[in-house]
Amino acid sequence: MEENKLIVLSAPHFKSPLTTKKIMFTVILALIPAAAASVVFFGIKALLHILISVVAAVATEFVVQKLLKKKINITDGSAILTGLLMGMNLPAGAPLWIGAVGSIFAIAVVKEAFGGLGQNFMNPALAARAMLLAAWPSQMVSWVTPIDAIATATPLAIAKAGVPDTATLPLLWDMFIGFVGGSLGETSALALMIGGIYLIYKEIIDYRIPLSFLGTVFVLATIFGVDGINSGLFHLLGGGVMLGAIFMATDYVTSPSTAKGRWIYGIGCGLITILIRFWGGYPEGVSFAILLMNICAPLIENYTLPTKFGKVAKVK
Amino acid sequence: MRLRTFRGGIYPPAMKGTSQRPIVDLPAPAHVVIPMQQHVGTTCSPLVKVGDTVKIGQKIGQCTTFISAPIHASISGKVKSIGAVDVANGNKVLAITIENDFQNTLVEGIAPPPPLEELSPAEIAELVREAGIVGMGGAGFPTSVKLTPPADVKIDMIIINAVECEPYLTCDQMIIIEEVNYMISGIRAIMKALGLDHACIGIKINMEGAIDRLHEIILEEKGIDIVPLVPKYPQGEERQLIYAVTGKEVPSGALPQDIGIAVFNAATAWSIGHLLADGLPLTERVITVGGAVKEEGNYRIKVGTTVDQVIEMVGGYTDTPKSIIVGGPMTGFGLYHTNIPLTKQNNGVIVLTEEHVKEEEMTECIHCGQCVQVCPARIMPNRIAKLVKKADVDGLEKFNVLDCRDCAACAYVCPAKIPLLHYMKIGKNYVNEERAKNRA
Repeated sequence: MEENKLIVLSAPHFKSPLTTKKIMFTVILALIPAAAASVVFFGIKALLHILISVVAAVATEFVVQKLLKKKINITDGSAILTGLLMGMNLPAGAPLWIGAVGSIFAIAVVKEAFGGLGQNFMNPALAARAMLLAAWPSQMVSWVTPIDAIATATPLAIAKAGVPDTATLPLLWDMFIGFVGGSLGETSALALMIGGIYLIYKEIIDYRIPLSFLGTVFVLATIFGVDGINSGLFHLLGGGVMLGAIFMATDYVTSPSTAKGRWIYGIGCGLITILIRFWGGYPEGVSFAILLMNICAPLIENYTLPTKFGKVAKVK
Repeated sequence: MRLRTFRGGIYPPAMKGTSQRPIVDLPAPAHVVIPMQQHVGTTCSPLVKVGDTVKIGQKIGQCTTFISAPIHASISGKVKSIGAVDVANGNKVLAITIENDFQNTLVEGIAPPPPLEELSPAEIAELVREAGIVGMGGAGFPTSVKLTPPADVKIDMIIINAVECEPYLTCDQMIIIEEVNYMISGIRAIMKALGLDHACIGIKINMEGAIDRLHEIILEEKGIDIVPLVPKYPQGEERQLIYAVTGKEVPSGALPQDIGIAVFNAATAWSIGHLLADGLPLTERVITVGGAVKEEGNYRIKVGTTVDQVIEMVGGYTDTPKSIIVGGPMTGFGLYHTNIPLTKQNNGVIVLTEEHVKEEEMTECIHCGQCVQVCPARIMPNRIAKLVKKADVDGLEKFNVLDCRDCAACAYVCPAKIPLLHYMKIGKNYVNEERAKNRA
């Protein structure tokens, strides 16, 4: 018999090279254009926000896993991703500590308290954003203009404030590039789309969720919006819908795993976003839309189970 | 022509470096170990005792039940021992070990059967049964049983499975390239036995050489069609093949024969062809030896040759083996040691090194749904794995665990490296045990 021991595994003996860690780092890579754009538009403050959020998320993950005597898994990239998304969801004018608070909440409460990776029922970064918005409402809307960092309002807030005035509303082109007020990572639709296309091409995310989410927002905004200003395109490029549809709603853990379920989930996200934007109290509804749909995801999945192969009236 | 396929599936690396290597006859080994079960069904009882002299083609294992296949000596010599041995799937099976006298004596009475035109369907089925022919793609279902469907079943379509969708394996491809005539004559026999004048051969579009060879031969062969298929895994799985070829789904829980379809592996047809030519029972087959061995290739071996004999005969390892697989890397069995006999069912020996065998860290399920997207049975491996952990038998029934085809596509794609197929198999056991309990 051989001196060296053979490894006997259950089939298959071939496995795809894709791992959880690779997925996490691919998503992080896809977020780099938008993160870089935020640094270009909002300067060093943006970089600090992002770094502080990431460090806080990873540190929290480490401490919690140590306290719970779990295996330390901070290198799998999931905490880095949560921290990165947290940072990108902050307004540039917010105080620097706020990202750290958000990340600690995201990891310790939303993720680890529910069992860690794969067990959370809400997207950690989004839940933390909602918490911050409730706890520090003024800091969380301290929007500033790109480059010169003067206090400003987001395009959605301007549109919400009253009869839209073409003079005060930003140009669609500026919104596409990201030259408007807003959370760090959400202003540049272009940079986000580059990341999104990369993720779909790499088959990391399913096109169904972003497509149905963005499609629903576009169609509903076109129907209910004021033509030309409060239009479909305006709502697609304004606010966090791009960031949400591409990077947050597609979070595997909190979205359905069935194909049909993903369509319904994406449409639901788009619908609630528009409901809040048009008729709700807030100018922006993406975070709440995704969080609400996160909660519905298991239910949607249960109602959209795939039809098994050969499910027909049995012969004889 | 639009290529046909099924929904789901994966594209693992083909690794078919042996796809143009001619079939080489390996010399008969010094001894063979012949298990008494090389098929689905009842284990055979030995017809010989220790010390007996046996000849090539002599029946040494017999079973009287319908779903079974007799077993024959593949070399001539002396019966050295009879006892339980380890086989590829991890079980222990009664086996006869024969020491080779290197005389190659054929058993008396081996002669080519009468030409096909003179044989009745029942005679064909009887010949196939007596020759011990079983499904050679891996399942090992006795072929004679498929040739004699029950009275209330009417087979109206024959599909020959030449898909060979597992990575590495190329033995069926080489059989077609080099010995297509045997396969065709086997298909003719199957058609006659089932009373049909038509059969289709399902083959992957990228089977270089084989598809051209088939097209050449098919010009002269009336009633045999080629159906080119997308080179996807598990296209060779019976139900996925039937769907791709006919557009019909075999109902869950039913058999292909229930919708009038019978599927035979290309190598099975080929071995029927050989039987018609020389009358010799199934004692040889072609396997692919691939991976880290000196001479990768397609080899004709005597049934009962052991894995270590084969590896020695092809020049040994080129690197430290980490896993040795009998069958293909997707569904084959990992071996604990190499003193394992190769049977009629086994189509490959694959030696994997560190490059492919990584002890990867398993993470929690991240609910990515990849397993759901690729599952050819369209069930949910992610949910089933969680139900297995809870031993929730009702849940497993509801999530259709019994429809799993053991294809391992789910475990292949899983980024969390969860052994999903393993969970599926445990889940099936739970449900089957529960059903058995309820019947009792």
